Amino acid sequence: MVLAQSNPVPIEGGDPNILNLPEHATGLGQGVAANHGYGVPSKFESNVQRRQSPGLTQTTQASVSFAPLQSLFGIVTPSGLHFERHHQGWWDIDPSKHRFMINGMVKTPKLFTMDEIMRLPSVSRFHFIECGANTAVEWGNVAVPTVQYTHGMVSCSEFTGVPLITLLQIAGADFKNAKFILAEGGDGSSMTRTIPMSLILSGEVLVAYGQNGEMLRPENGYPLRLIVPGIQGVSWVKYLRRIEVGDMPYAAKDEAVHYMDLMPDGQHRQYTNIQECKSVVTTPSGGQVLLDKGFYNITGLAWSGRGKIQKVDVSVDGGRNWRQARLETPVLSKALTRFNIDWVWDGKPAIIQSRATDETGFVQPTYKHLRAARGTRSIYHNNAIQSWLVQENGEVKNVQVS
Amino acid sequence: MSKFRKVILTSALLAAAGLTSAQSTAYPGVGRPATAKEIAAWDIDVRPDFKGLPAGSGSVAQGQDLWEAKCAHCHGVFGESNEVFSPLIGGTTNDDIKTGNVANLKRADFPGRTTLMKVATVSTLWDYINRAMPWTAPKSLKPDEVYAVTAYLLSLANVVPDDFVLSDKNIAEVQKRMPNRNGMTTQHYMWAGKEFKGTNKPDTANVACMKNCVPEANVASMLPDYARNAHGNLADQNRLVGQQHGANTAVPENKSGPVGGAAVPATVKSAGKAADPALALLSKHTCTACHAQSTKVVGPSFNDIAKKYPGKAEYLAGKIKSGGSGVWGAIPMPAQTASEADIKTIANWLAAGAAK
Repeated sequence: MVLAQSNPVPIEGGDPNILNLPEHATGLGQGVAANHGYGVPSKFESNVQRRQSPGLTQTTQASVSFAPLQSLFGIVTPSGLHFERHHQGWWDIDPSKHRFMINGMVKTPKLFTMDEIMRLPSVSRFHFIECGANTAVEWGNVAVPTVQYTHGMVSCSEFTGVPLITLLQIAGADFKNAKFILAEGGDGSSMTRTIPMSLILSGEVLVAYGQNGEMLRPENGYPLRLIVPGIQGVSWVKYLRRIEVGDMPYAAKDEAVHYMDLMPDGQHRQYTNIQECKSVVTTPSGGQVLLDKGFYNITGLAWSGRGKIQKVDVSVDGGRNWRQARLETPVLSKALTRFNIDWVWDGKPAIIQSRATDETGFVQPTYKHLRAARGTRSIYHNNAIQSWLVQENGEVKNVQVS
Repeated sequence: MSKFRKVILTSALLAAAGLTSAQSTAYPGVGRPATAKEIAAWDIDVRPDFKGLPAGSGSVAQGQDLWEAKCAHCHGVFGESNEVFSPLIGGTTNDDIKTGNVANLKRADFPGRTTLMKVATVSTLWDYINRAMPWTAPKSLKPDEVYAVTAYLLSLANVVPDDFVLSDKNIAEVQKRMPNRNGMTTQHYMWAGKEFKGTNKPDTANVACMKNCVPEANVASMLPDYARNAHGNLADQNRLVGQQHGANTAVPENKSGPVGGAAVPATVKSAGKAADPALALLSKHTCTACHAQSTKVVGPSFNDIAKKYPGKAEYLAGKIKSGGSGVWGAIPMPAQTASEADIKTIANWLAAGAAK
């Protein structure tokens, strides 16, 4: 195959970017600690933003912004690009005035300051957080153009905090009879969600203040949020003010009106909280253009609420034939996992898909599988295999295949 | 299993066995007992068995007055509006109240799902209104007012009669009339625990086939050409460099062109001039809960106001301060409590054309 060189030699006999020395090679650069001592991305990176999906919500306070997955590397989401989901607007809360309470089925209801929580033994762990409604608009048909809007309600950070079980032990929780906890936020919405006690006993649930080496961002719950690995984001209560230990589920608004999965028979599956195994190719993806034929690195993300990713397969012919992708390290439980695979594009139409398998052996479903089990109206928990059509003109389109 | 996990599990098992007293002294000096007063201030949740529900009562009529003053501008007078949030009322029938299953949920062609079609537990309504409503002033309603508003909502769906007085004494009887009270199932594999005794395996079973798995794929769904730029120019939503650039969706697609034809040099928008300070105030005072820049939400758009009242800053400041109704429609704008200076800034911005 003879290919056009995408970086041809100019007729002058050399690249002007080489022949004419630029200002940055011939002048004095900037000093330390600029931007008030907190570095910001290059001005040339300003296209990389979290964005709202036009028309999705009528207000910005009960809304979503999507992370630009098409532009991210590795598994960590930069904190300023982490997706947002607010139910009643976000706040920047004075941490010296924030309090955390544990009550309910405990020996002694307890109150903690941030100073006290940060004195306790801490752990730092990488976990993904995915909104239960990620990819929701695609249940019936293709609805949005890019991976930012189809899959951008997932992010992954290193969170630092205290295992909730430690705090429950301090309060003397009745572990024998308690079955659930209620987590409650301190903001206007005072978001509440029911969390299974069995998950807390595993030690995985954290009361966290740290995110990617610094404190949580205000949009992500500063100064304190719950980390519930593998469970949909709405349970990761932000501005966490209270945990109540109890023996029955709470039927909070976001588990009795929303975040329930409607089945074809008219019943709602209630208390659906796990994010099952899912993956998506982030490049090439919808709205991008391949500049030429030739070599490309297909790259993407895979994750499972039930543990580690075992393998990811990639198809470039719409799911007929598959090759196993390379999983990049680290491969962590309930965290995003980066995969890559080599691809030489011959210029013909191609449909790119990825299919993840987790450590339980569960294989990510197709739309056909999902719709057979749940119909097209269940809104939440769409973990179907995503298809991207690479057209002959190089443009990539979001498609669904039959 | 990591060593760390083992330690955690061991301590969890010890705790589960009731040996927690030793644990509670492991961190001396951290945390103090919460006082009864503190717990009363924060422990506001109401469970489906009505644990946590404060005593009190409120009538449908009282609820209607409260609704029109504090709720209708977002939810509509009859809880039917979809202009700001999904509708609360509609889609339920008297037959549903008898069966406890909302029949319209079975219909794939039924447009939308209202709150009353979905919610099975009346405690959920009471708890949420009490903790999070009204949207711009959550937790401002007294218990009797929450009873009244809940009663009004339920009356709109015929769950209670128009002369009903809802109280902690009769709410359990009302629960027996909730239209979708039998509409929930926990028989699934999507709960991370055994507490609900759900099913033991996933509801999909794909296999990781590698060769000749399916017939040739056909594209069954993609965006129509007219939606090409509906999410803005995608060239501006990808980085300047990389193995792929963003498609220039500001121009029609060159479908016959060779590869490379659709690629344009991506650009980065310049920072431009500093934003008007009024823009931050619109968010601070939650004006944007009801008004948007160029489209009508609950109230008129800022552009429409600017067009109607050019140079009339004083008039606009007065309207913001004392509220009003009738100029733009039936839904009243409540009086705003922002400072004089902030109101002036917003009014000046509107009168000067509401430039973004």
